[in-house]
Amino acid sequence: MRQHRSIIASLTVLAALVLAPFPAAAYKVFVSNEKDNTVSVIDSETLKVIHEIKVGQRPRGIILAKNDTWLLICTSDDHRIEVYDANTYEFIKNLPSGPDPELFDLHPSGNPLYIANEDDNLVTVVDIDTDKILAEIPVGVEPEGMAVSPDGKIVVNTSETTNMAHFIDTKTHEIVANILVDNRPRVAQFTSDGKQLWVSAEIGGTVTVIDPAKKEAVHKITFEIPGINDDAIQPVGIRFTKDGKLAFVALGPSNRVAVINAQTYEVEKYLLVGQRVWNLALTPDEKLLFTTNGTSNDVSVIDVQKLRVIKSITVGRYPWGVVVANH
Amino acid sequence: MSNLLNRNIVTGRRKSLPIFLCAVAVAIMSSTFNSKPVFSQEAPTQNQNKSDSKQDGVIEIPIAYLREKRDRLPPLSLLDFRPDDDGIAGAQLAVDDNNTTGRFLKQSFRMEENPATTRDELIKIATQKAEQGLGFFVVDVTPDTLLALSDALKNYNAVIFNAGATDDRLRQEDCRLNVKHTAPSRAMLTDALIQYLAWKRWRNLVLISGPQPNDQLFAASIRHSAKRFGLKILEDRTFKYEAGSRRADGGYEQVQQQIPSFTQDLPDYDVLIVADESKQFGDYFPYRTWIARPVAGTQGLYPTSWHPASELWGATQFQNRFQRKSGRVMRPLDYAAWMAVRSIGEAATRTNTGNPKTLIGYMLSDRFELAAFKGQKLTYRPWNAQLRQPLFVATDKIHVSVSPQPGFLHQVTELDTLGIDRPETKCTAFTNR
Repeated sequence: MRQHRSIIASLTVLAALVLAPFPAAAYKVFVSNEKDNTVSVIDSETLKVIHEIKVGQRPRGIILAKNDTWLLICTSDDHRIEVYDANTYEFIKNLPSGPDPELFDLHPSGNPLYIANEDDNLVTVVDIDTDKILAEIPVGVEPEGMAVSPDGKIVVNTSETTNMAHFIDTKTHEIVANILVDNRPRVAQFTSDGKQLWVSAEIGGTVTVIDPAKKEAVHKITFEIPGINDDAIQPVGIRFTKDGKLAFVALGPSNRVAVINAQTYEVEKYLLVGQRVWNLALTPDEKLLFTTNGTSNDVSVIDVQKLRVIKSITVGRYPWGVVVANH
Repeated sequence: MSNLLNRNIVTGRRKSLPIFLCAVAVAIMSSTFNSKPVFSQEAPTQNQNKSDSKQDGVIEIPIAYLREKRDRLPPLSLLDFRPDDDGIAGAQLAVDDNNTTGRFLKQSFRMEENPATTRDELIKIATQKAEQGLGFFVVDVTPDTLLALSDALKNYNAVIFNAGATDDRLRQEDCRLNVKHTAPSRAMLTDALIQYLAWKRWRNLVLISGPQPNDQLFAASIRHSAKRFGLKILEDRTFKYEAGSRRADGGYEQVQQQIPSFTQDLPDYDVLIVADESKQFGDYFPYRTWIARPVAGTQGLYPTSWHPASELWGATQFQNRFQRKSGRVMRPLDYAAWMAVRSIGEAATRTNTGNPKTLIGYMLSDRFELAAFKGQKLTYRPWNAQLRQPLFVATDKIHVSVSPQPGFLHQVTELDTLGIDRPETKCTAFTNR
């Protein structure tokens, strides 16, 4: 997602990493462990778990704010967003979220936060400075994916049982379009130029490419893996490289990440990772991609240039979300 | 004792849950009504007070839920009494779910339900509704009533969803083109259980069946599944009892003697299977057998299409929605009714119409798929309109596993390792349509 660079923040970490050969490439990778109520912190240079943060119940969605100094976690069963210091791992505060927050996204200006409340068919808008709920927007059944357009004008929410991507105007908080996608949409992701929106459908087994300007579906990406039953191909997490050339899609219990040419929509490769891969995150330099593998309790590390899985790192139980800080 | 304990726990939860849920509901309602009319461009509709006609361009899709009055023996356990709204509550939740989607598409779903009634009355009501153009019937009826209803509606653009009857003959020689089955068949249920026992390598079974016709059907299905997956039934016995004699002061003293002696001379087995669909004696067996072996079948470890404790595949919110609406846990009949009404909703969403003929056609096509908290898409078998579905193998408290089991492979879908597969089908209604 948006990776805000901060020289100051990087320098603080640099001081601590004098022994690392390429300290500029060392980032912190945060992984939420759904069943352990923890967040594992991985050093992207050593590829080792360097810390474990004890958090609230059922941590799922995880993003960074305030120039990557705040770590925000949806602790779904505690019905709140917990905020931690991404450098010291200390607890800062709770944000109200509405019931059962699952995924969220931050406005490109840094505030507010848009949260999907899975249990209440709502999207909640929260000011992260004043801790106030600004609006609650009724959407479809089981809201899940959230994505704010790079220009900040539109926030998209997917609803898992309604099977739609809802386009919400960030000024009026009104729904301006509803686009039908395949069954059980999970993640929505804009390309960095804002010209494409991809929505994964977990049960439908497809990714719908939407033209946000026209507000219509323009393509549907399907997957085929030799020797793997169609039922197991369940797209969830989506990430693009900043140049908009490559896309990665996590394919759930097929234990593969699809590498897709984001211009032709052709699947170029399937990479074998851990079991039930759901979410993905690229390092700011786009050299590494991290995947959360729910049932095998690990994170796979993919070398983006070579398109090879280079390591598996054991984390907590049922790793769910992942985000990489710019420091 | 343990039953009493459970009941207290359940009651305690019920007391606290509504308070919390009411608070949540009030919060949502106030926020919904205080905020700006978010869907003003879509004209949201309430489903209750509208006629079938189009209003504001909103398409009305009425669905009927029909159930037959039946005499049932009271079950052994107080926990097993059926709630009055068994099934209906699931259908109602699906109507709500459909309407949440429907308000974006200008579709409004409405359920018409009738009190449980006799076969003749039920068919009369259904025919009247079909005459008025209603095309969707979700039913909880006996097999013979289902067949009579199917015949009565065969010249209408109408489809019947069988949510309650597990009888295989309805999917086999007595299958009908205008009937779909969201309830699993007995063969699917017993295959799900036996696959798990095979995976455990508990290969030697003894089978104890009750005298009721449904017990015998379940026992026959167990024999078929055991043969199919290579398990042995070492001994096959009938358990005789006085129907309806469940209540007596005391009683456990004699049962504690009776079951060990009944099972004393059985050959050494791995699992004792009980076939007791009417819940008259099966629960006497766990912890009372002569040798220490698990009990499975209709009691003990049992196969089921839905489990009230499942939080797999995102089911948490689904279970919560149901509890909020009905004040109780979801039962298999509720789930089957939910899937029936959601099938209609899914077809209406994808085809953007409420026309029964179009929707029925779409549900029969290979484009149809349903998401129903089972971790994969569910589809109707084209040869008998049985909904394919993974099944839980569970105890009363929690699921133990989900079948199909790993290693039971199939050239089309592993789900077809459960129940009557295409090469074995005796259903011809769908072949020449």
